Amino acid sequence: MTVPIAYYLILAAILFSIGVASFLIKRNIITIFMSIELMLNAVNLTFVAFAHMWHQITGQIFVFFVMVVAAAEAAVGLAIIIAIFRTRQTLNVDQVNLLKN
Amino acid sequence: MQLALFIIFGLLAVAGAINFLLQRHPINSALSLVVVMMSLAVLYWSLGAEFLAAAQVIVYSGAIMVLFVFVVMLLNAGEEERTHGSRAAYFAGVPGATAIFCLLSFVFLTNSKAFGSTDLTSHLTHTVNNIAEISQVLFKDLLLPFEVTSILILVAILGAVVLARKEQ
Repeated sequence: MTVPIAYYLILAAILFSIGVASFLIKRNIITIFMSIELMLNAVNLTFVAFAHMWHQITGQIFVFFVMVVAAAEAAVGLAIIIAIFRTRQTLNVDQVNLLKN
Repeated sequence: MQLALFIIFGLLAVAGAINFLLQRHPINSALSLVVVMMSLAVLYWSLGAEFLAAAQVIVYSGAIMVLFVFVVMLLNAGEEERTHGSRAAYFAGVPGATAIFCLLSFVFLTNSKAFGSTDLTSHLTHTVNNIAEISQVLFKDLLLPFEVTSILILVAILGAVVLARKEQ
């Protein structure tokens, strides 16, 4: 039993849309950051599916680099979140409005 | 067998993502994201990418999510409260995400014939395995980008230390 590649791509589209929706709906800055990771995972799934489709290893190499960059981004982003919490004493993005007005 | 794997773990990933969206506490969201990443690792394996399946479990659900859980515990993050801005984002976010999903699945389904379907048997009978292939490309053709990522990681470590340090 084989699975059409399009099913994998649609699964990735579902995960990406849920990531976009939670990025817009969530108010906690840590959860917003996690929804970025969810979107990155969805895109990685499309890369692996296309690598399988073309029988090329390059797509998997790209996913490896995306993972490395995501790890670096998570470290820096969480440090920024800690710095924001130190100065503003809140994790709610509605209360981080220093540049507003 | 591959179809059964896809259905089980695809549904598990979607269920985890929806639970991620619905939970109000950050730690519950983090744990359901771990479920999504683990089931994605199984899907990578079913697509013939064993190395990425292992890296997904170790790097994503191991390292990155532990970092998130540590920060949630460190900042003592409680349940998020609903505000006026969140209701506006709710009305904008759900239709926008649905529109993105409809557009993407329309494109994928109309080109479904061109994509073809998975064929794991050709991967299993292949003489060179996945990790050998990846290391051939990564350490020969892409050696310079691979080394540059180590500098990127170093800069990220230094940046994290500088940003999270207490100011004197």
